[in-house]
Amino acid sequence: MAAAGPTLAWRWLRREWRGGELPLLALAVTLAVASVSAVGFFADRVHRAMSLRATELLAADVVLVSPAAIPEARRSAARERGLAVAETLTFPSMVSTGDRLQLAEVKAVGPGYPLRGELRVAPAPFAPDTPRAAGPEPGTVWVDARLATALGVGPGDRLQIGAVERPVAAVLSYEPDRPGDLFTLGPRLMMHLDDVPATALVQPGSRVTHRLLVAGSETGVADFREALEGRLTRGESLQGVRDTRPELRVALDRAERFLGLAALVSALLAGVAVALAARRYAERHLDTAAILRCLGATQARVTGLFATQLLLVGAIAATAGVAIGYLAQAGLAALLAEAYPGPLPLPSPYPALAGAATGLVTLAGFALPPLLRLREVPPLRVLRRDLAPLPARARAVYGSALLALGALVLWQAADARLAAYVLAAAGATVVVLVAAAYALVSALRPLRGRVGVSWRFGLARIARRPGQSVVQVAAFGLGLMVLLLLTLVRGELIEGWRDRLPPDTPNYFLINVQPDEVAGVRAFLSGHGVAEPALYPMVRGRLAAIDGRPVSAEDYEGARAKRLVEREFNLSGASRPQGDNRIVAGSWWEAGETALPQFSVEEGLAGTLGVTLGSRLRFQVAGQEVEAPVTSLRTVQWDSFRVNFFVVTPPGVLDGFPTTYVTSFHLPPERPEVLSELVRAFPSVTVLDVEAILSRVRHILEQAALAVQYVFLFALLAGVTVLAAAVQSTLDERRFESAVLRTLGADRRRLLAGLLAEFATLGALAGLLASVAAAVTGVALARAVFDLDYVPGPGLWLSGVGAGLFGVALAGYLGTRRVLSHPPMESLRAG
Amino acid sequence: MERPSPPPILRAEELGKRVTSPEGTLEILAGAGLSVAAGESLAVIGESGSGKSTLLSLLAGLDLPTSGRVWLDGTDLTTLDEDGRARLRGRLVGFVFQSFQLVPSLTALENVMLPLELAGRDDPRPAALESLARVGLAARVRHYPSQLSGGEQQRVALARAFSTRPRLLFADEPTGNLDRRTGERVSELLFRLNEEHATTLVLVTHDPGLAGHCGRTLRLEGGRLHAEPDRPPGAGPRPGA
Ligand SMILES: Nc1ncnc2c1ncn2[C@@H]1O[C@H](COP(=O)(O)OP(=O)(O)OP(=O)(O)O)[C@@H](O)[C@H]1O
Ligand SMILES: [Mg+2]
Repeated sequence: MAAAGPTLAWRWLRREWRGGELPLLALAVTLAVASVSAVGFFADRVHRAMSLRATELLAADVVLVSPAAIPEARRSAARERGLAVAETLTFPSMVSTGDRLQLAEVKAVGPGYPLRGELRVAPAPFAPDTPRAAGPEPGTVWVDARLATALGVGPGDRLQIGAVERPVAAVLSYEPDRPGDLFTLGPRLMMHLDDVPATALVQPGSRVTHRLLVAGSETGVADFREALEGRLTRGESLQGVRDTRPELRVALDRAERFLGLAALVSALLAGVAVALAARRYAERHLDTAAILRCLGATQARVTGLFATQLLLVGAIAATAGVAIGYLAQAGLAALLAEAYPGPLPLPSPYPALAGAATGLVTLAGFALPPLLRLREVPPLRVLRRDLAPLPARARAVYGSALLALGALVLWQAADARLAAYVLAAAGATVVVLVAAAYALVSALRPLRGRVGVSWRFGLARIARRPGQSVVQVAAFGLGLMVLLLLTLVRGELIEGWRDRLPPDTPNYFLINVQPDEVAGVRAFLSGHGVAEPALYPMVRGRLAAIDGRPVSAEDYEGARAKRLVEREFNLSGASRPQGDNRIVAGSWWEAGETALPQFSVEEGLAGTLGVTLGSRLRFQVAGQEVEAPVTSLRTVQWDSFRVNFFVVTPPGVLDGFPTTYVTSFHLPPERPEVLSELVRAFPSVTVLDVEAILSRVRHILEQAALAVQYVFLFALLAGVTVLAAAVQSTLDERRFESAVLRTLGADRRRLLAGLLAEFATLGALAGLLASVAAAVTGVALARAVFDLDYVPGPGLWLSGVGAGLFGVALAGYLGTRRVLSHPPMESLRAG
Repeated sequence: MERPSPPPILRAEELGKRVTSPEGTLEILAGAGLSVAAGESLAVIGESGSGKSTLLSLLAGLDLPTSGRVWLDGTDLTTLDEDGRARLRGRLVGFVFQSFQLVPSLTALENVMLPLELAGRDDPRPAALESLARVGLAARVRHYPSQLSGGEQQRVALARAFSTRPRLLFADEPTGNLDRRTGERVSELLFRLNEEHATTLVLVTHDPGLAGHCGRTLRLEGGRLHAEPDRPPGAGPRPGA
């Protein structure tokens, strides 16, 4: 008899399938799994692509930086783990041609460089460029646009570098691992590593930086890092994707959050759809369970039968869902192929497992409570139809199912705060919708006497089953809220995020402007359409002590803090704070306090270094010391690309120290000749082309935004299934009801009007409340996660109510249309 | 009249059923008792609302009495839990209900196979087909309940009830939802199958005509069972009833 169990369940499942009972549930689960795993697969691939992109900015997965030659042991440590290695050597050197001289940052690159990303070269400065897989051939050099302009050379010309003369083969336009500190950049000359000895430039004691670039499998890289960490000698440091380029890390984190949110929304909607389908499934089987009990099935048998069926449905749906999800993400990847220069990496199997597990857990969480109800159905129900299991207990189990969903959401989001915001918003929406639905029910009662028969019937349907109406309104409302979040709020948030880098963001920095050139540079820039060019003095200094305590890198935990302490700071004097600065503690100095030593420190830096208002900082500047208290903390919007400094003093405090000047400005990209002119007029001034770096960053951000949109498309689909499931869950009852009404003489038009009245009312209410919830959620998300100020426009309210009213009326009509044409006799007989 | 009878297959003693509802306490049964021998056919008649269905549910172990006891094939139902009673039902009992109680998502054949499958029969199909053939529905095996008329549905229910060859068959108003002619045909079929299978039949009805087909009739009144005057089997309704 025990052996007959699963077989019976399987046969039963096939019959139920044929009878049209289970496909709805299976479809809900399939869609749930499909959307979650498609999102998972796609997010996984995008994430991997973005990680690859990020490693591109290192030209490797991890880089060992050292002031001394890299010992062979380090190289073999990487090779042993199957990792690719490449080496670079950078040092400053004078480069000349004829009577022209220019200090350049020379970078010698070995075979294999770059391990990640690509180099791009052009035939002339600022001309269209093409990619190159490797650096210059031995015996030739590449120069960047600045060096080419400064020296007036191009491909074919010869340059003197140390002891050798080399021909210029191309103009280097893009170099993936350009150092992050914009202010230390000199013009670039790139050569082959094998040519370095011949230049005789690298001698013992020379200021050079050796880099060992390492790339390969994730595990190999992690292993390599682990093996080296803690065993680094003085001066050696490891740089991974996460340790460098804070602006890129911020972009990656934001993109990950967006994708996490998308996956989370799909999971949430899937849960609602499964809940509705499972509820319907259970209600349909109350009688069947009673008959089974009557025919001799034990409670365990009933539970087993339905649980096995559900497990089978779940397994089938999960498999189908993962397959559909995989296909769907492949389609998305194809859509995005143009946006990605290379192929997207293959997804890991993890999202398949995560998707299937999410589906099964959701199914179990929401289908088991009604199942347990089925087991409680008394056999006496065959004689007394009104006997149904107690709903109170089922409600308690639904609570635990929601908890399970919450846990799933948390797992999907991998970010407690983000999950909490969305769950809180969804939970609040449900609570508000429940309250509003009950309010509607009571508000409708007096209305019913004053409206036509169709409206009366529509309103009566809402009022008669308050519980069911609440579920529908809650589902519509939640679905709509998510749709609103996905379309309007999402669009506005992404726009806000993208608008962080406005089109007129300064795209060039001028550094190394000598004090006697300031007036000339300002005049030159004004003459070329730059409004009020501002040049800022800059003094380099090393942080020596905080509150009299000498600082050293060992005192700090974080990589950023260590690097900040080891590096030279750029100090500046200013009478007024930069436009994008905000004083968050203390106060900026008065106009008269010009010579009173004091510091204004950027808030984030202060936090990293443990500096507070009133701390005394001591800087070493050109062999002298400057010590002063911190009198204000500021926030700085770094991505404004204005000239900003971590540490600022009143003007005059830094008088007498060696000073250069800095400015940034926006130059339309179609006017590159201005730059050449500038460089010729002020040979020692260094021009930094922010545009090149900026456009890479923007490109990455745009790709991330596009990916997010497509990911959200799936959540949108899941939202539609919730609406469909909600309508479907009422079909049986509607069929019977409309049959009764038709036998009483109601015509099709009447029935239709009644349906529309009902759905329009439900939809308008759900839409209004969804708008409120989406607005609140959007503002909360914008503030807390995306660090934006978001004010929802009137469009949100209009589209919320409009979409609710028309969407639900249309969905209701499409979903129930067949009921209207269903032969009443069949319904009555089946009922 | 005393005769050396085999132990009764169904016996009830002092059955009481009291239900509490918002309107107050209702005593449906108060000291009802009966004894049914194997192979016997018994009709219980009574007014609508007299508690016939309640009595049947207690006798079949679908519900528990507030007082008194029921023995089914020598087993005291009140000592079993619901699962125990379910197993006993599956082994011994068949049902025919006024509202047919077919599983709507299963075809006629699948409905008939159901109790066989629950009993763990290896190959329920031939037995179910045969059972359906006996009620004259061999041509309708693939039809769903909604595609069958009331009489046909009840015939499927009969086929299902007899498919496991139960020793005891409970029927609650088996013709109550049918028109007179269809009802007569169904009841004819019921009694014929009952005879062929030598099943013990307990039939509950308010229709004295239907009761007249049974060997013995008890009247449920005031929560108790009263013997009806003996009549020859197969006799028509009493004059003046
Ligand atoms: N659980 C219960 N709660 C309240 N009242 C009940 C319950 N069970 C039965 N009753 C009432 O007890 C009375 C007897 O019910 P029962 O269904 O047994 O009558 P019946 O003789 O089968 O009637 P009919 O011939 O109409 O089928 C009815 O008035 C019924 O409403
Ligand atoms: Mg009855």
